[in-house]
Amino acid sequence: MSGILVIAEQRRGELRPISLELLGAAASLRRDGDEVAVAILSDSPERFVKSLSVGGADEIVTVKVAAPEFDPDTFESAVGALIAKRNPDLVLVGHSVDSFGYAAALAARLGLGFATDVFNAERIDGELVATRGGYGQKVNVEVDFPGRSTVLLAIRGNVYKAPDQAATPRVTTFDAPPADNRAKGREFIELSAGDDVDMTAAEFILTIGRGIGEEAKVPQFRELADAVGATLGCSRPIADAGWLPKSRQVGQSGKTASACKLYIAMGVSGAIQHLAGMKHVATIVAVNTDAEASIFSVAKYGIVGDIFEIADELRKLF
Amino acid sequence: MKILVAVKQVAALDEDFEIRGDGRDVDPDFLIRDLNEWDDFSLEEAVKIKEAAAEPVEVMVVSVGTDEVDESLRKCLAKGADRAIRVWDAAVEGSDSIAIARVLAAVAQREAPDMLFAGVQSSDQSFASTGIAAAALLGWPHAAVVSKLTYAPGASSAVFRRELEGGLLQEVEIQCPAVLTIQLGINTPRYASLRSIKQAASKPIEVLSLADVALSEADVGEAGSLSRVRRMYVPDKGRAQLIEGDAAQQAARLAEIIREFKGARA
Repeated sequence: MSGILVIAEQRRGELRPISLELLGAAASLRRDGDEVAVAILSDSPERFVKSLSVGGADEIVTVKVAAPEFDPDTFESAVGALIAKRNPDLVLVGHSVDSFGYAAALAARLGLGFATDVFNAERIDGELVATRGGYGQKVNVEVDFPGRSTVLLAIRGNVYKAPDQAATPRVTTFDAPPADNRAKGREFIELSAGDDVDMTAAEFILTIGRGIGEEAKVPQFRELADAVGATLGCSRPIADAGWLPKSRQVGQSGKTASACKLYIAMGVSGAIQHLAGMKHVATIVAVNTDAEASIFSVAKYGIVGDIFEIADELRKLF
Repeated sequence: MKILVAVKQVAALDEDFEIRGDGRDVDPDFLIRDLNEWDDFSLEEAVKIKEAAAEPVEVMVVSVGTDEVDESLRKCLAKGADRAIRVWDAAVEGSDSIAIARVLAAVAQREAPDMLFAGVQSSDQSFASTGIAAAALLGWPHAAVVSKLTYAPGASSAVFRRELEGGLLQEVEIQCPAVLTIQLGINTPRYASLRSIKQAASKPIEVLSLADVALSEADVGEAGSLSRVRRMYVPDKGRAQLIEGDAAQQAARLAEIIREFKGARA
């Protein structure tokens, strides 16, 4: 039993970035003699071969399945069959919405060692040890997998670097057993605009979070954002409450603020999904009354103070 | 018709917490307990379905834990759950999310609901795996991160939206009974009224042992888990450079940062 099996992710014809990050993780975990195989499931898997041809992969396994997009039954049965056939000692998937839908099911059914949201994995005295966050990311938790010959890890995104050199891994095919698709994807829906803002293009975003307390406070921050020249954004609870349209939500499940370079977060404590979606930003300034708020661990600058006072003072200067 | 809602009492850390003597968890004296935020939404979804249904629907909540969990179960009863079940045995101590899923699946087997809801994840350990693992153990269809649901109790299928990354949604049709993990924001959870809180205080909570749900000690705890906690510790975190001074001074420095950014861009 040996080798590492990486499960790539694709959506609507595009390889998802986590796929290559998983190859980066595999590279850090491989031992002498370990082969790294990356499997891609699609109705036309060949079209992803080129983008998967990077250093770190010895083999690309194209798995042709009936469903063009992710569905849990297809993944469970195909990945399960791959594991049975190849007997890897490590299987890596992304800690993503797709893997939320099948990884735990697979692990429970096959009795695989299992950990999710893993941001570090290493071998200590030959034993695989995975590190994840606990108690709202306030502590680190090291877990191991005694007695498990195959371990499935769901790796957090934006942690491991994708290999940057091209390579020519060998390409093989795998015939997946037919799956009984009990959940059928119908269509994709883009988050409705709500208003005409484009968070993906915004370079300077001022975001409000739960700390604003009530809906009546929204207009004063909208006015402040306008005055300083920022696009007003919000964290999930504000959008969920309907205080601002969903199109203004930033973080992992909101719009990807890919162009953002300056990010001022006011009253945002920093749920892990929010931080994961914003940590690429060069300059993050966090304003929060709670000095222990998680957002201060990713921010470049921090202001511990009352967001309304800071907002008032800042407004006077523009 | 019956909807089973799996709930968890989560723990947040006190400001000055300490790690337990064996180094594998936080000393329980420093934990502040509450109902998991996600579970508030899955319970509300079940209660909404019940209220809209033409036929009677029973909303049942289930949790795994000691009698400390009763507080959260009563909260659920006050917010519209009809019945509450709690499963506990000392052997459950040390269970990972998969061992907990085994208990939940066993309860579902016993209760035969038309649908099982769980939160996408818990706010304390964020495994995002319990509900889906329970589905696998039951052999039921399943889907994760449901942000909108259309379902009539007893129907052979349901239609929902799955919330993907980057502001994308997917509409999916699923066969029932199924396990769905429910995302924040799918609805607006209600507050419990004083009257319902009072009523909930006198409703019974059914307490089950492992034997009651046809499980043995080997199914739970470390033996029934797919991982084991080796060590828990406080990490050295990156720390923001703090801007000191009074509000006016702090705002002045913030204005400077904004102007530097704009200058660099111009």
